[in-house]
Amino acid sequence: MPRKIRVLIAKPGLDGHDRGAKVVARALRDAGMEVIYTGLRQSPEDIVEAAIQEDVDAIGLSCLSGAHMTLFPDVVKLLRKRRAGDIVVAGGGIIPEEDVPRLKRAGIKEVFGPGTPLRDIVAFFEKAGKGA
Amino acid sequence: MPSRKAPSRRSRDSVRQLVDDLLAGDKRAAAKLISLIEDDEPEAMEALARIHPHTGRAHIVGFTGPPGVGKSSLINRLVRTYRTQGKKVGVVAVDPTSPYTGGAVLGDRIRMADTGVDAGVFIRSMATRGHAGGLALATFDAVRVLDALGMDVVFVETVGAGQSEVEIATRAHTTVVVEMPMTGDAVQTMKAGILEIGDVYVVNKVDLGNEDVLIANLKFQLEPRDGWTPPVVRTAATEGRGIDDLAEVLETHRAFLDSSGVLQRREVARARLEILENVQRQLSQQVRGLSRLGTTFERLAREVVERRIDPHTAAQRLFARTTSRRRPA
Amino acid sequence: MADSEERKKLERELRRWETTSLKDALEAHPERRKEFLTTSSRPVRRLYTPLDFSADFVERLGKPGEFPFTRGIHPTMYRGRLWTMRLFAGYGSAEDTNARFKYLISHGETGLSVAFDMPTLYGYDTDEPEAKGEFGTCGVAVSSLEDMETLFGGIDVGSVSTSMTINGPASVLWAMYLAMAESRRVAWPKLRGTIQNDILKEYQAQKEWIFPPEPSMRLVVDTFEFGSKHVPQWNTISISGYHIREAGATAAQELAFTLANGLEYVRWGIDRGLRVDDFAQRLSFFFNAHNDLFEELAKYRAARRIWARELRDTFGAKNPRSWLLRFHTQTAGVSLTAQQPEVNIVRTTIQALAAVLGGTQSLHTNAYDEAYQVPNEKAARIALRTQQILAHESGVANTVDPLGGSYYLEALTDELEEDAYRYFDRIQDLGGVIPAIRKGFFQQEIANSAYRYQREIEDKERIIVGVNDFVVDEQSEVEPLRVSDASLRAQLERLGRIRRARDRAKWQRALDRLRKGCEGDDNTMPLILDAVRACATLGEICDVMREAFGVWEEPLLY
Repeated sequence: MPRKIRVLIAKPGLDGHDRGAKVVARALRDAGMEVIYTGLRQSPEDIVEAAIQEDVDAIGLSCLSGAHMTLFPDVVKLLRKRRAGDIVVAGGGIIPEEDVPRLKRAGIKEVFGPGTPLRDIVAFFEKAGKGA
Repeated sequence: MPSRKAPSRRSRDSVRQLVDDLLAGDKRAAAKLISLIEDDEPEAMEALARIHPHTGRAHIVGFTGPPGVGKSSLINRLVRTYRTQGKKVGVVAVDPTSPYTGGAVLGDRIRMADTGVDAGVFIRSMATRGHAGGLALATFDAVRVLDALGMDVVFVETVGAGQSEVEIATRAHTTVVVEMPMTGDAVQTMKAGILEIGDVYVVNKVDLGNEDVLIANLKFQLEPRDGWTPPVVRTAATEGRGIDDLAEVLETHRAFLDSSGVLQRREVARARLEILENVQRQLSQQVRGLSRLGTTFERLAREVVERRIDPHTAAQRLFARTTSRRRPA
Repeated sequence: MADSEERKKLERELRRWETTSLKDALEAHPERRKEFLTTSSRPVRRLYTPLDFSADFVERLGKPGEFPFTRGIHPTMYRGRLWTMRLFAGYGSAEDTNARFKYLISHGETGLSVAFDMPTLYGYDTDEPEAKGEFGTCGVAVSSLEDMETLFGGIDVGSVSTSMTINGPASVLWAMYLAMAESRRVAWPKLRGTIQNDILKEYQAQKEWIFPPEPSMRLVVDTFEFGSKHVPQWNTISISGYHIREAGATAAQELAFTLANGLEYVRWGIDRGLRVDDFAQRLSFFFNAHNDLFEELAKYRAARRIWARELRDTFGAKNPRSWLLRFHTQTAGVSLTAQQPEVNIVRTTIQALAAVLGGTQSLHTNAYDEAYQVPNEKAARIALRTQQILAHESGVANTVDPLGGSYYLEALTDELEEDAYRYFDRIQDLGGVIPAIRKGFFQQEIANSAYRYQREIEDKERIIVGVNDFVVDEQSEVEPLRVSDASLRAQLERLGRIRRARDRAKWQRALDRLRKGCEGDDNTMPLILDAVRACATLGEICDVMREAFGVWEEPLLY
């Protein structure tokens, strides 16, 4: 049986708009992955701890409140501190294009803006799961 | 048997190193070992062999009961209570894999959000991955990993459907059956056999009222087994009520198991069961693994459909074929 | 169609048309799609005729300003007074937002609407750990009475109406507004405005809750009670469908869930011992204006009709003003695209048109850059101009309910009304709104609709211009709006100063009395007001309430 890809979908910070995160979680499940959805109001510590315990291949972060520039890099920093920097991190939500290069430099592998087709997101996590 | 899987991130660390780290309390090592075992990597057996001598300390408590009855919330509260007593707690929560897509959304962790960052807590979500019943094949091996990690108690939460209570009861030290009162006038029936399986019965969501009939029913029907009469505990998990009582009952049962010798008996029974299951699994793997088997298998299947042979005889022939291959030339 | 002779004649005509002209046309040129769906995936028929009117069509339509208000809540509607042009605004610090308020007023906005940042929405001060990274990014930070005073500096709160989008801690922000007015010697009976204060939809959709449902409902009814006595022109609640729709609901779900919530609030008010006619007039509503013009239009009209009937017949309200469903509308944020953002101006215009044709009392139009960020000045100005064009150039405000009598519209209004009642029954079966929330009913319905909508887009059954068709590969030229570090530092300094300078004993007493009041049965508003006057911050007040009421944990569904 081919190995299952495990993904953590998380909503860091206070933002409660979870429509996108839930839709992505379902889409990943429909693509055969095991998805752990953390729910709302997660701190970077919560997210990293969960990612380690669940031994996920990748993390998807969703934020629509504009706090992504602080919260997303914090997750990456903490992962590296815990020697789990091989876990791939992607982000989505309301993120101006201008912020994307900075986020990538901070270690976010990919940023999925509004309107990204689900199949692109699924393809990304499939690649991440294969250790790419 | 060579691995058909692409080299994964996970198998890169050596098993021995992982186990050493595990025994030193490293959570990442624990997580990776669980994945190794879940994915049935070639190193899984070696990992389990190295881990086994270090297990047997943790109290294993299984939770079963219908979906929606509040198992996750109950476990969340119990984790907190055990933590205030300075105990280390592991949780393995199982959710069903979709038979259509092979994927799963593992949603039990979310109800334990406030306990997840605590250093003395380890929560792992598992999908059933096609295994019938309420558990995953790897569930109790994952429990062993957490046992070796140093957890004092490990809670196992089942899917709550199918034969999960039977699986739990044969492997956990303490089986907790969780029910909740039904609303309305319909007579509340419980699953056949459920009354024989639990060590502790919890009636949750008593904040909704209506629980007296159910509790009276349970108390009336529950009979002593091996010298233990299963108690009935009232809880309202979302309000935190009844949790201390439940924790006390679990401790009492644990003490009873030790002092009465029942634990020893059950462990032996469990070991027998596991050995047999492993024999079955390994045999099955071998039978499937023989390369020329394909044709024999297909031919036999056709013959069964054509009524030239019955399935039991077909199995015998297959078995004979495979074992005969293993005799030295 | 009352006359059955007329009816039969029409039926024959229709059949004739179908078997001749239509048949020929379809053979020559089949339709573009097998099915045509609204934004809510509701099938739309080819043609609507008088046959689609219900038998009591005339009664169900009524006259504007009279029961059942299908055509509007005033006899003259926009001929008497235009809707309030009220743009949602807020970012950064109170000073930053105060400047934006003045800018919008100078360009013709006729009412204020405050957007708060995440920490404020959840009852945290800017200097609390939960607020890290979240200061001012999606609204203005208000942690103290001083912030509230700065926010409205140079604005006459006695003459302008202010809407505050705040839910979990609504009582606290309202108390700050009232205390501010008090310090300016503006009498409370003069104040006009709204607090959103609709906690039920938070559990269902927006997720900005703090406490569990029962204590939260108590806080809401406290505001009804307090408002009816002391601030009679203030709308103490804006029962909202906007967020339910944004979270993925269909138009029917938006309609049904909003009204079900509304009826629940009425029940709680009556249980408290208030007379329905004493508080119903100050219940206001807030709907979404999404893409499908006619479906939205039908939704507003069905809403008015249902509410009027329920208030008069189910709750026995005697005052006709209690039967009125007054609403604010916002164009659908979720429909905006990051791709080719200028095109959002077109979307917003059509959506605003629906709201105006639907008789909204107040309207917010989105800015074209909102798929990225909080609006910049130019984008906000265009959004305002959109409303002004509708009001002054398009002619749609010249008559009341211009599309009334449209065969399609009236049929759709009836359909939506029926759908709503079916949902009411289901909610009833689950034990009511709050039990249904606990069971995750609304959340699951919404998540299912959201998923279906997304799949339709993925499968190209639903076209989103610029996203899955008519795509252009171009760089965005939108200038992002940034919250300055200086604003954050100033806010933190201000908080520090407030905490040091206040009378500690007075502050402590006020918080202690608040705690006791929360644990008891007193109306919390006077106690919150005292705490605000004693310079307690938002976070401090909410912490007391968190201890007293507990914190809500949501059931997971996806």
